[in-house]
Amino acid sequence: MICVAGIDIGSRTTKAAVMDCAGNLRGRAAVRTRPNFGEVATEALVSALVAAGMDREQIAYVATTGLGRYNVAFRDIQVTEVTCDGRGAAFLLPSTRCVLDIGFQSSRAMRLGREGKVKAFASNDRCAAGAGGFLERAARILEVPLEELGGLSLEAAQAEPVSSVCAVLAESEIITRITEGRGKEEIIRGIHESLASRAQSLLRRVGIDGGVTFIGGVARQRGMVRALEEKLGVKVLVPEGPEFVGAIGAALVGLRRMEKLGRAPSQNDVAGSRQAHGRACPG
Amino acid sequence: MKVLLGAGVDVGSSHTKAVILDEGGRVMGRALIHTGANVVKAAQSAFEYALTDAGVSRENVGYVVGTGYGRYKVLFGDAQITEISCHAKGASWVFPGTRTVIDIGGQDAKAIRVQEGQVLDFTMNDKCAAGTGRFLENAAEVLGIPLNEMGRVSLLGGDPVRLTTVCTVFVESEIMSYLAQGRRVEDILAGIHRAIASRTVAMVRRVGIEQEVTFTGGVARNTGMVSALEQILQIRLNVAADAQFMGALGAALFGLERAHGTDGRPPRLRQRDGD
Repeated sequence: MICVAGIDIGSRTTKAAVMDCAGNLRGRAAVRTRPNFGEVATEALVSALVAAGMDREQIAYVATTGLGRYNVAFRDIQVTEVTCDGRGAAFLLPSTRCVLDIGFQSSRAMRLGREGKVKAFASNDRCAAGAGGFLERAARILEVPLEELGGLSLEAAQAEPVSSVCAVLAESEIITRITEGRGKEEIIRGIHESLASRAQSLLRRVGIDGGVTFIGGVARQRGMVRALEEKLGVKVLVPEGPEFVGAIGAALVGLRRMEKLGRAPSQNDVAGSRQAHGRACPG
Repeated sequence: MKVLLGAGVDVGSSHTKAVILDEGGRVMGRALIHTGANVVKAAQSAFEYALTDAGVSRENVGYVVGTGYGRYKVLFGDAQITEISCHAKGASWVFPGTRTVIDIGGQDAKAIRVQEGQVLDFTMNDKCAAGTGRFLENAAEVLGIPLNEMGRVSLLGGDPVRLTTVCTVFVESEIMSYLAQGRRVEDILAGIHRAIASRTVAMVRRVGIEQEVTFTGGVARNTGMVSALEQILQIRLNVAADAQFMGALGAALFGLERAHGTDGRPPRLRQRDGD
């Protein structure tokens, strides 16, 4: 079987997705990003192939995205994160009109047109306020595993407001709150609410149209989803495996490119099959 | 005879400094510790260590001034004075010709215009970690270089990289991108120091740059920062060997004045004996 791979080299995590020509996700994997982007991309791809039970030879086309997309020598094409996010989100949740992606250092909002094409986007490209790095630092200070942050926030009856916008300077504010004896849950809820207001201003720049599809690693945090829903007053949907959406979008762009090059069957021939299996994520 | 010493405790975001001055304004004892989470305890401990260092007891100290972001946590203090006033005071005491003070600490950067130790104007950045000690600490960590060596290593960079942002979090991945391209650590560090220095100079220009310029705060110990600032400003900076104590020194000078009821300008504080 011939497949395509999408690799998203993010600032914290590198994600790979392997997809067959029918648009079914066959395997995926994530590894921690290191300065050698090419090596990390290979590692993520190999892990995704292992998950898919496939060989490297079966990958006919590689599309890269994310921060390190130009540094992968074996790529066939590189695609911007914005394009990949739009394609990936619309593929996993076809009703998507508005996408919010919060990663480790980036956060961006996109309004989509037909087939996940991006009509407008806004991003924080100079300052990490509102991005996931904030949560990682907070988790470290609060001595809570990052995966547990999202759940803890839900247990808070109220939020302990965090006034610092800078992800780095908020650290000492958090330390002060802890010293004052404030609960971890309340502090985390305060952080989620602060990130939610930053996200709201990004979304306003592109225009919110109905619900929001929330992707990126931070979308795993349930407390963040609640904070967004409260702030925005709309339904916030999170696809399964939200951090893989960019890599999946890259794979979709790669697949489309292969079709144009005549190296894969047309999407129209396999559209039914994709609809049926598109959301299935083995492993 | 009753001895009336002055003490200053500067509770910074990363370090707490304490200085004990004798009646002639000479440093008798001092201490520097990590502030940590318990700010009240840090202030107390730094003060006690400084007393031990000076070989005096609490009763000998006539007046304690707290300064720094945690100045209200100096519960045993007699007064709190902003770090702006204290840095201006301390810097002018060590370098009497000081007209401009650049203070870069753990999480903020300030520019102060002074005349004879008095603050005329100031500006500060406390909204964003770019250009603060925290920024440098983070960059050192990503590059795997000890914090106290990064400045020296940056001086070896002949071909500085260009940073597109100065956000502490973004720079992390920019460093990774440059390492991925095979750029030398020296050149990356040179680029980081240059970017931060030019951001700092832009801030200092808001209050106006008048010579002499004295650089205080923990980051003044970074020779790469000193050199990058000097290159952009095209002037020599005054940097005291114990630049991170300038705030505590200024606080202690205020304390000494108040201990003796000579608020303002006691003649004996006009000269400086030794360093």
